[in-house]
Amino acid sequence: MRITQGTFSYLPDLTDEEIALQLGYALGNGWAVSVEFTADPWPRDNYWAMWGLPMFGLADPAGALHEVNECRRAYPDCYIKVSAYDSRHGRQTTALSFLVNRPHRESTANGAG
Amino acid sequence: MAQRWSAGVLQYAEMGYWQPDYEPKPTDVLAAFRVTPQDGVPPEEAGAAVAGESSTATWTVVWTDRLTDYEHYQGKCYRIDPVPGSAGQHGPGQYIAYIAYDLDLFEEGSIANMSSSIIGNVFGFKALKALRLEDMRIPPHYAKTFQGPAHGIVMEREYLNKYGRPLLGATVKPKLGLSARNYGRVVYEALRGGLDFTKDDENINSQPFMRWRDRFVHCIEAVNKAQDETGEVKGHYLNVTAATMEDMYERADFAREIGSVIVMIDLTVGYTAIQSMARWARRNGVLLHLHRAGHSTYTRQKAHGVNFRVIAKWMRLAGVDHIHAGTVVGKLEGDPLAVRGYYETLRCGKTEADPSRGLYFEQDWVSMPGVMPVASGGIHAGQMHQLLDLLGEDVILQFGGGTIGHPLGIAAGATANRVALEAMVKARNEGRDLRSEGPDILKAVARRSRELDMALSTWGDVTFTYESTDTPDLVVTPS
Repeated sequence: MRITQGTFSYLPDLTDEEIALQLGYALGNGWAVSVEFTADPWPRDNYWAMWGLPMFGLADPAGALHEVNECRRAYPDCYIKVSAYDSRHGRQTTALSFLVNRPHRESTANGAG
Repeated sequence: MAQRWSAGVLQYAEMGYWQPDYEPKPTDVLAAFRVTPQDGVPPEEAGAAVAGESSTATWTVVWTDRLTDYEHYQGKCYRIDPVPGSAGQHGPGQYIAYIAYDLDLFEEGSIANMSSSIIGNVFGFKALKALRLEDMRIPPHYAKTFQGPAHGIVMEREYLNKYGRPLLGATVKPKLGLSARNYGRVVYEALRGGLDFTKDDENINSQPFMRWRDRFVHCIEAVNKAQDETGEVKGHYLNVTAATMEDMYERADFAREIGSVIVMIDLTVGYTAIQSMARWARRNGVLLHLHRAGHSTYTRQKAHGVNFRVIAKWMRLAGVDHIHAGTVVGKLEGDPLAVRGYYETLRCGKTEADPSRGLYFEQDWVSMPGVMPVASGGIHAGQMHQLLDLLGEDVILQFGGGTIGHPLGIAAGATANRVALEAMVKARNEGRDLRSEGPDILKAVARRSRELDMALSTWGDVTFTYESTDTPDLVVTPS
């Protein structure tokens, strides 16, 4: 079963180049990027493990992509997502969030095959 | 002064309802009316009459006014502008009258009271051929007395765990006649295919062919199954509209008990019932969807009625989380600039006056959360680039026919919409120009998606191009 959480789950998995473009869009909007991972992404789970703190102040998409790849190396069989956070008054919430890694074989943890 | 209190009938303007030198106070409630006076009625008198009849006045002088600080309670028409291009036989046919009301005229936190004051009696007034309430400025002092959206856009997204794209929905069709079991089938197929929400229609309440409890049980079974299969939060707007508040509470309580994230009501239930349900939704952590059933009976004609932007403002104050607000490109009425004005009214923290969008006043929402606008009615995947470009990201795009009518089935219709949407958001974020490149982006994605390819070949050319019956005035009203 293919989990369809995140902004781009109905498209083919993004390449690193495509991920960098999305990271560039987020950073261009002044949003802080963060990386999170989990083995069990049930629908309402808001609290995946954080791969470090949100990268406040980072301007270069390459730096964020580096963290994505480090996280992939450490947890290749986890779901990993990139989130971009908009801290402006009136938002103060996630602005974009998409999967950048899936387990090699997606499980049937949620009961379907 | 003596003349002001002589028994008999006086012009409204002479009774103090026309005050061209009045400077509105920051606490005043302001209203802009489109006034069409009867022949021979001077515009100032028409504006004063509206101010009078929507505040303290009656048709004749009453001495009991003198027992009050009556000037404090008088509505004051402080400005009247001819509407460009509205010429009739005797000069301009229409005017915009600006009226200020002291805050003391209104009960705190009551849409029913505000609307009874502002539109209660005055719309049948014989000295006017027609009258339309175009816009209102709700001062922060008054706005803060309303609950506002039970959750609002930010909380809804965090609740649903969905970010960075419009949400997708569909209304179950056919509206009437499906049994609960068949109805749930449509919900399941649409949600597992990729939609975030499905929806009851406004007239699906509890009829002989499908009673409400049966529908609720089957819809939640479908929601849960789709949620399990996709790993995503899903929802179905269970319409709890009913004859009495007791019935509505019973239905809403049941919806919450079986795990629904959202319930729905129709505008026809009335403002007080809407405010009650908004409180229920806040108390119970359930999103509240409002269908604007019936609004076109009074919002659509330019000369008479209430503009939808006023209804949008009232409903944000009343506390709904969703409201239908137009599509621009679909089958239902909606001038592009006017619709943009509605969306800003629902979503923004603060809006400036912008007559080109029909916004006559600035409006500061003083941190009141935004309402998610819903675009529904005759839209399809082939318009995805236009929808994202015109309506932005915080919107629910509802494709009823455009999902359920897909030749490969309902789930395929849902997938087509989701693929088109995600592709368009991705392209926009990559810096591509949706207006010029949109159709090509869609075609390219459709080469990898049979579902989208079929959707485009079925509906790609469908458009609804009719003139709007209601547009902002072409020439900006001079200030």
